[in-house]
Amino acid sequence: MRSLLRNGFEFLERAADTIFGPRLNPIPQLGALGFFLFWIVAVSGIYLFIFFDTGVVDAYNSIESITHRQWFAGGVLRSFHRYASDLMVVVLVVHATREFALDRYRGAYWFSWFTGVPLIWLLYASGITGYWLVWDQLAQYVAIVSSELLDWLPIFGEPIARNFLTPASLNDRFFTLLIFMHIGIPLVLLFVMWVHILRISRPNMNPPRALAVVVLISLVIVSFWKPAQSQGSADLAAIPNDVGLDWFYLPLYPLADLWSHGAVWALLGGFTLMLLAMPWLPPLRRPRPVEVNLAHCNGCGRCVEDCPHEAVRMVPRADGRPFIQQAQVNSAACVSCGICVGSCPSSTPFRRSAELETGIDLPDLPLRELRRQTEAAAAELSGPVRVLTFACAHSAAGVQQKHTVKVPCIATVPPSLIDYVVSRNLADGVVVAGCAERAGYHRLGVAWMQGRLAGERDPRLRARVQRERICSIWASRSEQSRFGAEVKRFTAALGSLGPNKGLSPRTDGGAESAAKAESLHEEVVS
Amino acid sequence: MIAQLRVAGQIAVFIAVFAGVAALSDWPSYHQIPPQSAVVKLSFTHVADRVAACRERTKEELEKLPPNMRNPLECSRRRGAVYVELDIDGRTVYRGSLQPSGLSGDGPARVYERFVVPVGAHGIAVRMRDTGRSEGFDHAKSGEVVLASNQNFVIDFRREANGFVFQ
Repeated sequence: MRSLLRNGFEFLERAADTIFGPRLNPIPQLGALGFFLFWIVAVSGIYLFIFFDTGVVDAYNSIESITHRQWFAGGVLRSFHRYASDLMVVVLVVHATREFALDRYRGAYWFSWFTGVPLIWLLYASGITGYWLVWDQLAQYVAIVSSELLDWLPIFGEPIARNFLTPASLNDRFFTLLIFMHIGIPLVLLFVMWVHILRISRPNMNPPRALAVVVLISLVIVSFWKPAQSQGSADLAAIPNDVGLDWFYLPLYPLADLWSHGAVWALLGGFTLMLLAMPWLPPLRRPRPVEVNLAHCNGCGRCVEDCPHEAVRMVPRADGRPFIQQAQVNSAACVSCGICVGSCPSSTPFRRSAELETGIDLPDLPLRELRRQTEAAAAELSGPVRVLTFACAHSAAGVQQKHTVKVPCIATVPPSLIDYVVSRNLADGVVVAGCAERAGYHRLGVAWMQGRLAGERDPRLRARVQRERICSIWASRSEQSRFGAEVKRFTAALGSLGPNKGLSPRTDGGAESAAKAESLHEEVVS
Repeated sequence: MIAQLRVAGQIAVFIAVFAGVAALSDWPSYHQIPPQSAVVKLSFTHVADRVAACRERTKEELEKLPPNMRNPLECSRRRGAVYVELDIDGRTVYRGSLQPSGLSGDGPARVYERFVVPVGAHGIAVRMRDTGRSEGFDHAKSGEVVLASNQNFVIDFRREANGFVFQ
């Protein structure tokens, strides 16, 4: 099922990429859009609150006044409030489904998934209490069904539904309580949204400005086209029997008429428990987390800077070496993407020490193994144009077997390894194949690698590397044909460049070169 | 041309999403009960008599108690169940023994039941016993009511009225 969903998202995201371009593709921006919509709901809600009166009659009348007497402001903002709230449900459902499809709910991702579950309840509680406040026919229906459901729980002495038994049963103070809930619950929602992204480095809370502007313009248009309206004043002497339900917030309410209230709670409770337990059903069998090798760590902090999950932090030096800090890995938060390995200045394959080691390394794919695989793949290259591919396992090149070195994320590859291939003439050209630009499987990997290749981010690809011999292709697994075509174009371009002459041919053995390499290493770590 | 197509695509996507959201925010409408129907609600909270009668404490027993707790009567906290029956048009549609709420069984018994009936005249009779007797009823009310479409007809029990109220 997950692979089906993943393919579905892949198809949708590619289509959206074609229409919006990778930067404005809304699907990978769902989390940021959720925050943006929350602020729209908050600001419009504050405006509505200024004109809202709490009271059995006053509530409805004040909302009607806001909607019709100041349709140009309050009316529009009421529609903003309604439709942005509805969009939040859409965003939440698609975002959660996408994270599930991408297997981002287990292992180190459990925290974000687990804290996302209460967000569902809080979002629905915020929306449902909002519907009560209007005190129209829909509000009456929602209030009665909600209170009947709540009364099934053995926690209330007096049935809440009795508040809505007859017109005389309801008093103004109830609306004071409701407005308190409708402000308090969204505040808790915001707090949990903050907790939700705590373990994410550089969380994306703001969608690109162009996308935000388009969402706002769309809300304005829809607010004029179909302004949010009340559905007639509530009348407790009658059954509200023709209500236009908000199917985003109230899809389960008709179930309360068809099923017993206990069955509805069993469905909700069971679904919630299933979501909460999912990270451990079954737990993710992930590769071992990265490990710090203090002998090669100079405490520069680049791994901390590049880690997308705040799994690495700097702590005071403990080994007596003359550095202030050292890297420390929180293995519970590490997703073993290896981006930190690619960022470490010690990750240089030119070193000729007996055992190639670096400051922070993947136990399942250490740098020396990466260099060995690179050399082995390069040794198999033949023909007039030799192209070696460094491939993210989740990218289009991830399925390729020949002449390819696979890594968990393209940013695992230190730029010096690309330099190594070109300057040692191991290949005529190097393809750097990562996930699609819109959203890498491992957060920030594509962006960091682009920065390193462009010389904008440490560690930079050295200027001596002929850029014509490097081709970066950002393509997802379903973009095989584009990937193939780009490789073909690159190979043809390499052919016209002529054979690679390399820069520093490798000399086997030799005390001089070994000493030179060691001194270079010392220079790097100090 | 491609740029124009992309813009057209973007507009189409946003129209589809926002039109979908606007439509589903109040459509399709939902009918809770069939047309030409009304609802009869039986709902009240009521405290039945205690399961055991209060007993007068002896003088010795009172002297053993702290001065501020010398209540001459010793009463069980637990209340009995409230038994209730509702007939609509001569047919018993609800019959229940309502247990007292609270961990010690000292809270009110409560009921909230709704019955969908066709519009028109209906004979309604409700009976309740709250004194622990096994036969007969302590409170009862019956009457003929004419229910309009979508009417919410409530049968309540009011302590101050010491009986059932139809509204």
